[in-house]
Amino acid sequence: MKTAILAMEDGSVFTGRAVGADGESAGELVFNTSMTGYHEILTAPSYAGQIVTMTCSHIGNYGVNETDVESENPHVRGFVMRECCFEPSNWRATASLPDYLKHHNIVAIDGVDTRHITRLLRTKGAMKAIISTTDKDHASLVKKARASADMAGSDYVRDVSVKAPYEWNAPTNPKYRVVAIDYGIKRNILRLLEQAGCAITVMPATVAADEVLALDPDGVFLSNGPGDPAALPYVYPTVRTLIKQKIPIFGICLGHQILAHALGGATYKLKFGHRGGNQPVYHEETGRVEITAQNHGFAVDTESLADQDIQFSHVHLNDQTCSGMCHQSLPLFSVQYHPESSPGPHDSRYLFEKFTALMDAYKAGRSAA
Amino acid sequence: MPKRTDIKKILLIGSGPIVIGQACEFDYSGTQACKALREEGYSVVLANSNPATIMTDPETAERVYIEPLTVEFLERIIDRERPDALLPTVGGQTGLNLSVALAEQGILNKYGCELVGARLGPIKKAEDRGLFKEAMERIGLDVPRSQVVHSLEEARAFGAEVNYAAVIRPAFTLGGSGAGLAFNKDEFEYAVRYGLDASPITEVLIEESVIGWKEYELEVMRDLNDNVVIVCSIENLDAMGVHTGDSITVAPAQTLTDKEYQAMRNASVAIMREIGVDTGGSNVQFAVCPKTGRMVVIEMNPRVSRSSALASKATGFPIAKIAAKLAVGYSLDEIRNDITRETPASFEPTIDYVVTKIPRWAFEKFPGSQDMLTVQMKSVGETMSIGRTFKESVQKAIRGLETGRAGLGCDKRAAAETRLSLEELLQRMRTPNRERLYQVTEALRKGATLEQIHEATWYDPWFIRQLQEIVRAEEELRALGQNADADALRQAKQHGFSDVQIAHMWQCTEQEVRTKRNELNIVPGYRLVDTCAAEFEAYTPYYYSSYDGEDETRLGDNKRIVILGGGPNRIGQGIEFDYCCVHAAFALKDDGFETIMVNCNPETVSTDYDTSDSLFFEPLTFEDVMNIIDRVKPVGVIVQFGGQTPLNLAERLEAAGAPIIGTSPDSIARAEDRERFREVVETLKLKQPANDVATSFEQAAAIADRIGYPVVVRPSFVLGGRAMEIVYDRNALERYMTYAVEASPEHPILIDKFLEAAIELDVDAISDGETVVVAGIMQHIEEAGVHSGDSACILPPYDMDPTLIEQVREQTRALAKTLGVVGLMNIQYAIRDNDIFLLEVNPRASRTIPFVSKAIGVPLAKLAARVMAGKTLVELGFTEDPTPTHVSAKEVVLPFIKFPGVDILLGPEMRSTGEVMGIDASMGMAFAKSQIAAGNHLPLKGTVFLSVNDRDKDKVADVAQALHDLGFKFMATAGTAARLRMLDIPVKEVHKVGEGRPNIIDRIINGDVDWIINTPLGMEAKTDEMTIRRTALERHLPTMTTLAAARAGVAAIEAMRTTEPVLLSLQEYHT
Repeated sequence: MKTAILAMEDGSVFTGRAVGADGESAGELVFNTSMTGYHEILTAPSYAGQIVTMTCSHIGNYGVNETDVESENPHVRGFVMRECCFEPSNWRATASLPDYLKHHNIVAIDGVDTRHITRLLRTKGAMKAIISTTDKDHASLVKKARASADMAGSDYVRDVSVKAPYEWNAPTNPKYRVVAIDYGIKRNILRLLEQAGCAITVMPATVAADEVLALDPDGVFLSNGPGDPAALPYVYPTVRTLIKQKIPIFGICLGHQILAHALGGATYKLKFGHRGGNQPVYHEETGRVEITAQNHGFAVDTESLADQDIQFSHVHLNDQTCSGMCHQSLPLFSVQYHPESSPGPHDSRYLFEKFTALMDAYKAGRSAA
Repeated sequence: MPKRTDIKKILLIGSGPIVIGQACEFDYSGTQACKALREEGYSVVLANSNPATIMTDPETAERVYIEPLTVEFLERIIDRERPDALLPTVGGQTGLNLSVALAEQGILNKYGCELVGARLGPIKKAEDRGLFKEAMERIGLDVPRSQVVHSLEEARAFGAEVNYAAVIRPAFTLGGSGAGLAFNKDEFEYAVRYGLDASPITEVLIEESVIGWKEYELEVMRDLNDNVVIVCSIENLDAMGVHTGDSITVAPAQTLTDKEYQAMRNASVAIMREIGVDTGGSNVQFAVCPKTGRMVVIEMNPRVSRSSALASKATGFPIAKIAAKLAVGYSLDEIRNDITRETPASFEPTIDYVVTKIPRWAFEKFPGSQDMLTVQMKSVGETMSIGRTFKESVQKAIRGLETGRAGLGCDKRAAAETRLSLEELLQRMRTPNRERLYQVTEALRKGATLEQIHEATWYDPWFIRQLQEIVRAEEELRALGQNADADALRQAKQHGFSDVQIAHMWQCTEQEVRTKRNELNIVPGYRLVDTCAAEFEAYTPYYYSSYDGEDETRLGDNKRIVILGGGPNRIGQGIEFDYCCVHAAFALKDDGFETIMVNCNPETVSTDYDTSDSLFFEPLTFEDVMNIIDRVKPVGVIVQFGGQTPLNLAERLEAAGAPIIGTSPDSIARAEDRERFREVVETLKLKQPANDVATSFEQAAAIADRIGYPVVVRPSFVLGGRAMEIVYDRNALERYMTYAVEASPEHPILIDKFLEAAIELDVDAISDGETVVVAGIMQHIEEAGVHSGDSACILPPYDMDPTLIEQVREQTRALAKTLGVVGLMNIQYAIRDNDIFLLEVNPRASRTIPFVSKAIGVPLAKLAARVMAGKTLVELGFTEDPTPTHVSAKEVVLPFIKFPGVDILLGPEMRSTGEVMGIDASMGMAFAKSQIAAGNHLPLKGTVFLSVNDRDKDKVADVAQALHDLGFKFMATAGTAARLRMLDIPVKEVHKVGEGRPNIIDRIINGDVDWIINTPLGMEAKTDEMTIRRTALERHLPTMTTLAAARAGVAAIEAMRTTEPVLLSLQEYHT
């Protein structure tokens, strides 16, 4: 058994078993409370720059397969588990989690007290940390953790966004032409848009507005993605132009925050974020609660948008933070959480219909004009 | 939505006596619901026949009716109380069925009482198999192919279609009662016939067999706003084919991908909506094909269920409490999560540990029954454990089960499996049985492959690998021996190995392991169950142990008292003891102590996180309890409330420094040690039946010859009369000592003279060391020789000489003082020819404490807890023996229907699972109520089949004459018929089995008999009589097997024919 060490910027050190690739990797240490869906979490680009601790004690039980992925490769900086399973059991499994992690060069540790780590993160906030299978010197590791990049102000979007535009599988009879700006898009969003009848062109985060408009889209989708929205000055001119064009826009997670910034609002960093599949969100319009999947460390400051014609459509019931907004005069809406929920509950899939309804109206308006 | 203000008074119906399939989880859910509704300002009326419940405490509801749970009695309660609403979903299947009946018969409409939580339509849709299947198909969900049939003919055609591989489930029965499995045509037809019989509406559902598929349950909550959340997912270790109540289950589900889990979640949400359950908790069961992932819906319960109780304890989410609040109009987001305080109940708990539930069975109490698990539930209780990993959790659960196992092997009992060869092990595990987990582990030790185990058991490979890892860890630890370093030892503890197992591996003592552990500072840290995997701060001190390092225990400044619970329910130790523990917690909390509950039974009120100041959900072993005591440093530990479990630990705990309060362990030992107790008896000049101790058959035979047959024989230190028998001659004694019990110097056999035809009295007393109050004296209906736990009884005694009763009081006081009892004490006396014999003294809370407390209107367990913590009875104002003016009767319920082929005779071995209480002005009516409540439908007229043994023939006259005077007709076989004719009582003689047709069995089946009085003739007629009694049982025909019970039955019939039952709430009886 090879040991691995997890060291945190507050000086906490946990020794466990190396269950992924050899080496050393630093990032922002966060925790996720989902009990299923580790494979989707590993491959969600939004985790770029982060080391993820799973609170659920057994991880890897059903292995990995080729279909439950949210992007080509895992994006986490490291993976922390209480107990990782080496020999999975599931009729769809094609490989074990440790083999998968090694193959993708992800450093991972298990056999550590993940509940203790979670409690530290809850009380002290998300921390910089490092996992190493090479350096055994605690002081040196803590120092390296402290020296690693801060999440606030860092741009991870450039790393995960597509480099050149591409077409996603079109449905047989596409009803809508959609441009999805990829800040780190999850495949399940594309799958659900496709199911909703959209032919999708996925474009890089750095795309210019006229490149988008050249495709004459019925709607634009602003994707989820990693990190701090304030560190992405290059995305805003495009989004502002699109807003002015009154094209329907739907944003998820980072896309929601980007939309807020583009409208002149601000975001702030949450103490330890929301990451899990059990987060209750109140939908003002229906008065109902949706159980949602979330993964974000920043939130939209509603005060900063107080003078805008915006309704804050969804509110997080645990801490009353903004979970969604809807422009009252422009065809724009966005949610902080993941209605595509892979992993997570499927309570909020109606939002994709809301997007197509906006596009229907937009198309009708254009043909009338 | 805010709560409803148009309703003020709400009726709750409890689940009645504890039976297999419906245990104290419904006391837990009912009590929570009552508390929640009263918190909201509603007035609550409660009806339940089970006195051993917290829900029937006068503090739980405004009006508590301890009355039979029948439509007739409930209608009278509704008429008297005029509740605005009835909450049907928290009283188990019994409460639900009665609510349905009240609604369907128009009674609720008549009195303007509304069903809240679930309406009639949805209940029917969920409960009726045909309607449910249609509903599932409507929403596009897959179900096993199935057909509802009402006759064998209908069944045959479908049987052929599915190749006779089918599950047969009768409609509207409890815990899958009457359900069967078939693999061939014969089995198929037998199961259908049996199922049709068991169903009150002669309807069975035949389903395509999905045996061997993975089994899951989801606990779902819905509110009036149509918000739906999943509280917990549960995965069964035992695949489909074993009733979920008999399965080892694990939470959260371990082997589902998110895609599969979400499909199940979506299905559950869709089912809630389609069925139309308005509010509250439901449970949905699924099966998943391990090879293809095909998911089918098995069933849903539109009410709080056994699994809901488990899910509540597993997650910290109080399902029944929330369900009650939803029923009165709140939505989930309006209800706060008690644990985190700042977040709402509209979320889904996430857990960062593994919960394992293991059922507990009682096959050994039912000779002739098979240790075989099927789709019909047979377990009598369960234990739950919480560990950071499955390995830790499963080993802990085994310890918590208290079956003498210290974990998965490596203990004194391991020989049961180690002596078997790999082939034998693989053969045995093919049939699900209660030893299967140990058989699998041993097979893995012996080199079985994962495939072999999977093929034999259908366990998911993930679980088999976990067990393999335990075996591997064991091998390593064994190899290291006492050279193991701190890391190795800590890892062993993380894998759940107990000190006992480690000692067994290292061939040293448990104490040596404990000492080494403490020296290396390998002690458990206690972690919180917080619904949120530490995402939020938790305010509810609900703990479990782990060896991961951190300790989250938060203790207050008050003096602490630890209360040790009773562990899993079993026959002889059940809800009555939990009731006492809960009372201790309430009373001591009121007195300003910090109360700490230790227990591992998820069904109970004691393991509700707000019963005590802190809850440690841990096994009740020396190691686990002492670890807690070391951590919390209490000023007192209460061992006398949890039954035999904590009592057995008392001496060791005290020796290890635990401050046991109340009667000292030495006094307890003095009462339990034969020789020491004999001295007490002699000093006080009391009488005991002649008795002695034997360590071999020869010695036993000599003793029996000396004191004279019949004698009662039993092993020392047992509860519930385990393996106790009355033997009438030397042959029977030899048989007993050869087949039933192996005597040895370490395990002596106790031999007592059996007092034939003696009246038995049960006495509960409380003492502070100075003052002794005789709280209740109960006269048993059945004569001495029937276990006191199986005997009906009447309080106060109904036909005893008052001077004898006075002597009994004096003897009780003398014993309490001499033994130094501080707290409760129970004594059993036998009275014969004006002589008082002492049968048994138990210096602890007895099974009858709740019954007596309710009969006299004094909370004895609370008083006793206060006395133990230092108060005197004078200070508490309880110094006079109570003299109730009404009569209370207790009757028991027996689980024979679940064990085909087992005789229903009562004996010295306890076999009842629960009890009911009847209160009224006269003995006859109180007993009548107890019979109705226990489901014994005594006839008011008709034909009695009378068949008594020779010993009883001389005593049958009064019973026969009374019945004759009441206009009953008689049917009897030759011997008894002759006796009746001698008494000038007309009788129709009927053939015995084998004498010609129609015989008595035919008569019973044809419905010619209304009541059976059959006292056993002994071995020679056993098969015959057993057929009679089983036939009667399956037809719900009242059967009495003692003349004493028949006599009480006659009194009951007389009372029912001449008087109206009194209907008063407990509060009114005791004002």
